[in-house]
Amino acid sequence: MNIHEFQGKALFRESGIAVQDGVHCTNVEQALAAYDSLGSEVVAVKSQIHAGGRGKGSLYAPDTGELVMEGGVKIAFSRKEVENYASNILGHRLVTKQTGPAGKMVNNLYIEAGCAIAHEYYLALLVDREADSVLIMASTEGGVDIEEVAENTPEAIHKEWVDPREGLQEEQKNSLADSLGLTGTAHDSFVEMIGQLERMFVERDCSMIEINPLVRTEGDIMIALDSKVSFDDNASFRHPWRAELRDLSEEEETEVRANQSGLSYVKLDGNIGCLVNGAGLAMASMDVIKLYGGEPANFLDIGGGANKESITTAFGIILEDPNVEGILVNIFGGIIRCDMVARSIIDASREVGLEVPLVVRFSGTNHKEGKEVLESSALDVITTSTLADGAEAIVGAIGGGSS
Amino acid sequence: MSIWVHEDSKVLVQGITGSQGTFHATRMIEYGTDIVGGVTPGKGGQTVDLPGRSVPVYDSMAEAVSDTGADVSVIYVPARFAASAIIEAAEAFHELNDGGMIVCITEGIPTLDMVRSIGHIADKPGVRLIGPNCPGIITPGDQGGCKVGIMPGYIHAKGRIGIISKSGTLTYEAVAQTMGIGEGQTTCIGIGGDPVSGTGFIDCLAAFEEDSDTEAVVLIGEIGGTAEEDAAAWAAENFSKPIVGFVAGATAPPGKRMGHAGAIISGGKGTAEEKFAAFEAAGIHVARDPSAIGEVLRGVLIEAGLRET
Repeated sequence: MNIHEFQGKALFRESGIAVQDGVHCTNVEQALAAYDSLGSEVVAVKSQIHAGGRGKGSLYAPDTGELVMEGGVKIAFSRKEVENYASNILGHRLVTKQTGPAGKMVNNLYIEAGCAIAHEYYLALLVDREADSVLIMASTEGGVDIEEVAENTPEAIHKEWVDPREGLQEEQKNSLADSLGLTGTAHDSFVEMIGQLERMFVERDCSMIEINPLVRTEGDIMIALDSKVSFDDNASFRHPWRAELRDLSEEEETEVRANQSGLSYVKLDGNIGCLVNGAGLAMASMDVIKLYGGEPANFLDIGGGANKESITTAFGIILEDPNVEGILVNIFGGIIRCDMVARSIIDASREVGLEVPLVVRFSGTNHKEGKEVLESSALDVITTSTLADGAEAIVGAIGGGSS
Repeated sequence: MSIWVHEDSKVLVQGITGSQGTFHATRMIEYGTDIVGGVTPGKGGQTVDLPGRSVPVYDSMAEAVSDTGADVSVIYVPARFAASAIIEAAEAFHELNDGGMIVCITEGIPTLDMVRSIGHIADKPGVRLIGPNCPGIITPGDQGGCKVGIMPGYIHAKGRIGIISKSGTLTYEAVAQTMGIGEGQTTCIGIGGDPVSGTGFIDCLAAFEEDSDTEAVVLIGEIGGTAEEDAAAWAAENFSKPIVGFVAGATAPPGKRMGHAGAIISGGKGTAEEKFAAFEAAGIHVARDPSAIGEVLRGVLIEAGLRET
């Protein structure tokens, strides 16, 4: 789960991590009131969407597609500029290199007091899956695309791994501060901040905290000028406060609905819908469709606890996509029995009014019974027993690959 | 032989009185697994009736291990308690047995709980964890065998192929394809698709290298992370038997989690293409078509002089 910059900064503030004063706004009037209340002549006017690269993004009018403004993060030097930028941002689509060409509608704005920057750094905490521990990365190359830094000058990124039993050690904090070349009050302020960040990361079950840029002010204080915070969804049960921070408008509506039925769904651009049990097999099914000349319309894992209701929901979600011209069901029965899936398919096809070609591949537990159930029904379905035959049949049934 | 679990392994079930625990304990015993007891805190002293035997329930892993001499434990407890169950099992095996095998089936465990659990296991060299979020491990025997997990036992047969996979049902697919060309398995291991987990590909390969009955390995990865690349680099230097490799997710879009928490291409890294390339560079026989894993394996075995046709 991701949250907005302004929400991340509110959590920073609660944890004692230094941020500038700022106000979250949803309209231009609020933005102007925020400017008045902040008492800072220079402010940052920042688009709030769940994607990076906002500063270098472009805003487009949603109806005409016309370019409204370059840059989703602006520095305003007057009240008039705040008004101008806020109205160019709110209600427009922000396209960044992370949003895809459709961009994201900006409904939220953050007005933040400016500060005198001496240097910009990069700081991130994340779970390193290769080392099975929390990794802290710091770099003097802040304010730029860190992936480029990692590619071109990996030595400019200093890394420290946190031992889960010992915690983050004082010498590690100092070593991170030293790697940034910090001295005096900036050094002390960084060491304090990194301890608070590590505590927040663990206490709130984060999967990532990224601050880019982290800045040293001319007064030699370290301030988090940005925040990108995401949480581990598996830990949501012990963090009920997260519900309030969730912005469903930032998530794919069908993916959220699928999730509520125990399904895992990701929409793709092709024309062959897939319904599969197991994430790996679901990916493999997509891959095989492609190898046989088709294009998968989605990833869909019905999970180990699938039943008639969730399978009906799955068919409904697949068919909502107007590009879908055929469906491949691929079930390797383990705990799930193929005959149960067969009966669910028959019911679901009646309920959702299935009109596109359907190919069902059954293997594993009760595959023969499942096949019999389908073949003795009135449903127009091709059954196969191997994945290759299934993929070939569905690509053939829709008359070849994507048009 | 086989690796890590054998026909004579004694297995405990953590969470045996829960519906999942009882259901799968029953399936395991039907397959031939020697289930010797279970653990559910607060239910010590009870018994659970399984096909052909009734097994004792203990309050703690320490009691269960010292009473039964078990060397394997399989965990079916809910996600919020699973990390504690892993740590409890690790401590009991370490202190009482000098080691043991923990297989965690549970999915949805918080990542930082897993970081803590792995931290606990790291200093207990005899303790091995498989999973979490995995189908488990199975060693088919002459009759029955040792199944520790949730896979359908009957699709397997004893043979000479080792199988390692991050996925559940895709492992079954690979098993079915080896069976399709008349090859059985020494041991099949589902290592799970979570970002932080126990045993990885390299540990499995190292064990298969040592196992004289294993003559070839099928390795199934998926997008995300660099475990496949690391395994390929290791295998090029240290593994002498043929490997057939597949990576799921060639058609997955970047930045989207494909079901498994770990299956995500992030920052352009962890693509199937990179992993296939690493396999090829390491001399691993690539099956780009997952429905052709069996046929690629057949070709590899013929080439290695391990079968005629």
